[in-house]
Order: sequence, then structure tokens, then C-alpha cells
Amino acid sequence: MTPTLWVIFREFLLIGAVSFGGGIVAYERILLVDKRKWLSPDEFMATLAISQTMPGLNSVNLALLAGDRLRGFWGAFVAAAGLMLPGGLFVLIAGVAYSEGADHPMMNILLAGVAAGATGLLASITYKIGDQHFRHIRSLLMIVATFVLMSVLKFSLVTVLLIMAPIGLYLYRPRAEEPRK
Amino acid sequence: MSALLQLATTFGMLSVLAVGGGTAVLPEMQTILAQRFHIDHTAFVHIYSLGQLAPGPNMMMVLVFGFQIAGLLGAIVVLLSFFIPSSILCLAVGRLWNKIGERPWRRSVQSALEPIAIGLMCSGVYAVAKAAFVGPLTIGLGVLVFGLLLRTRINPVYLILGAGAIGALLMHLTGMH
Repeated sequence: MTPTLWVIFREFLLIGAVSFGGGIVAYERILLVDKRKWLSPDEFMATLAISQTMPGLNSVNLALLAGDRLRGFWGAFVAAAGLMLPGGLFVLIAGVAYSEGADHPMMNILLAGVAAGATGLLASITYKIGDQHFRHIRSLLMIVATFVLMSVLKFSLVTVLLIMAPIGLYLYRPRAEEPRK
Repeated sequence: MSALLQLATTFGMLSVLAVGGGTAVLPEMQTILAQRFHIDHTAFVHIYSLGQLAPGPNMMMVLVFGFQIAGLLGAIVVLLSFFIPSSILCLAVGRLWNKIGERPWRRSVQSALEPIAIGLMCSGVYAVAKAAFVGPLTIGLGVLVFGLLLRTRINPVYLILGAGAIGALLMHLTGMH
């Protein structure tokens, strides 16, 4: 049975509201595969792979593609809108408070610790995602080269991608046998 | 008007360049916001960090940059320009995919982009750390949160809030950063 747009919106709104601390793709898997059975596990993996290949946030892309499968364009629209609405309102309220109190010394002292913590979070996410890639010489060289171009030589992102993407595509080109990492 | 147009082109560009997720564009975003819109690195890292406390997709804090630069209209322009281009691209390719089925080169594109995205995320960590680590205390808190996140399953939101509270207390008591 095809779900209504309202049901799709409500389910993704719920994820958008409760997913404090990240891990949204895991919430989406539970919704799509386990709770509502809108996608089979294989369909989910295929959809996730496209979400990761295309630019944009993986969680948003996944919501778009799942919504599109269920109810076409408007299904995609309400899924992504539901996912982003609670967080969007949250940051706007926090942002207004920040703009009002940016000069307050207590605000700055509190945010210094918050920023330090958020840096630890970003580093841990990068470490977890990169874990396997740091161990293989080919991907490690790609990682280091990208970092040097971006952070040391300070090239623009477009330039970095124009240099690195062709190299990556050549190194990981389709082969007859399964390529190694 | 020109500020809105500049916001739209800036975030529209970042949208289609966000390979492997939004985090990959952090260093570029930090540079552009400083150069074109005078949002200094400290404000950038504060707003980014507040955004990590929010539920939902982890880049919603881009709205705050829009709000700071051009008010509510700025936030709306940033929302549309940061999410629509990549969304249209993803939907179009997703539909194409359902027609033609899996191809070996799809895997190649993903494999090629993964290490690039990780390299860009490392640049993101470096950019954020340079602005967030202002002294031994903030470095210590960052390293502590990093270690706890790798070893435990505590929700990051509690750790970030904890770092804020402990940091504020210690900075207040010792005057250290």
C-alpha cells in the first residue's frame, strides 16, 4: 500500500526531531526497512549507495530518494522537508540567541567549551569514517594529497576536486576483477 | 539584494561540491564566509558548534550564517540554495539509476570520492580546530571528547554540553583558555 504524503512527512519529521547527536542514516534504515518496510534491505543499500555517491548530505539524499520511490516528486519533497524542519527551527532559535548575546562574556566562555567539544566530535566522525581508508596506501595518499591541496596550499574546493577527482577515477576505474582498496 | 544574490551563488556552489556529505565543504565555507561576508573564524566555529547540538541533518547551521548576513530572508535563501541544487541532482540521477540498474562505474565514482571526502573532512577538522583550540584548556576538552566518543557510546550532545559547562567553570575559576 502506498503511504500518503502526510505519513511520509510525519515519519521523517519524527526522525528530524529526535536524532540528537547524529546517526540519522541509522534512524532512516529503521524507519524504511524495519518499521514501515517501505524498502527491502537490498533496496536500502542500493539507495544509500546513490545517496553517498551524489553531492549533498547523505541523510537528506536518502530521504529524497526514498520519498521519490514512494510518492514521486512530492514524496521526496515532504520527506526532506520533514527531516530538516525541526533542526532548521532549532538552529534559527539558537542563532538568534547567539546574535543577541554574542558580545556577552559568559556566552563566549560557554561557547569556547562547546566549540572544543564539537571539534572533538568532528574529529571522531572523521576518524571513524576514515578508519579503513587510513590503512590502505592508495587511499591514504589520496587523503593526504587532498588535505595538502586544501589546507596547506589553500587551493579552492573546485580546484582541489578538479585535480583529485580524475586521479581518483583513474585509480579506482572499473576492472575485470574486484579492485583492491 | 546583492548580498542575497551572493549568498545564493555561494551556497549553491557549495551544494554541488559537497561530495561525501556536507562536512567536506566546511573548510571552503569557513574561508568564503570570512572573505566575502566578514564572518570571522571564531563566529564560524561557534555557530558550527551550536549546530551540532541540533537534531536532524548536521549542516542546518548554514541557516544561521544566512540569518547573520541578511536576516530571515538570508536564512531562507541559504536554505534553498544549499539544498535544492544537490537535491535535484540526486533525484535526477536516482531516477536514471532505477532505469539502467547498477553499473561498475557507479562503484568507481563512489570509491574515488571516498578518500577525497575524508581528506576534505581532515581539512575541516584542521580548520575548526584552529579556531576552537585557543589554549591548553580547550585543547584538553577537545581531546577528551574525541577519546570518549571513540571508547564509549555516550550521545555526543551530552559531551558537547558537558565540555561547555566544564570549560566555562574552569575558565571562570582559573582565567585559562
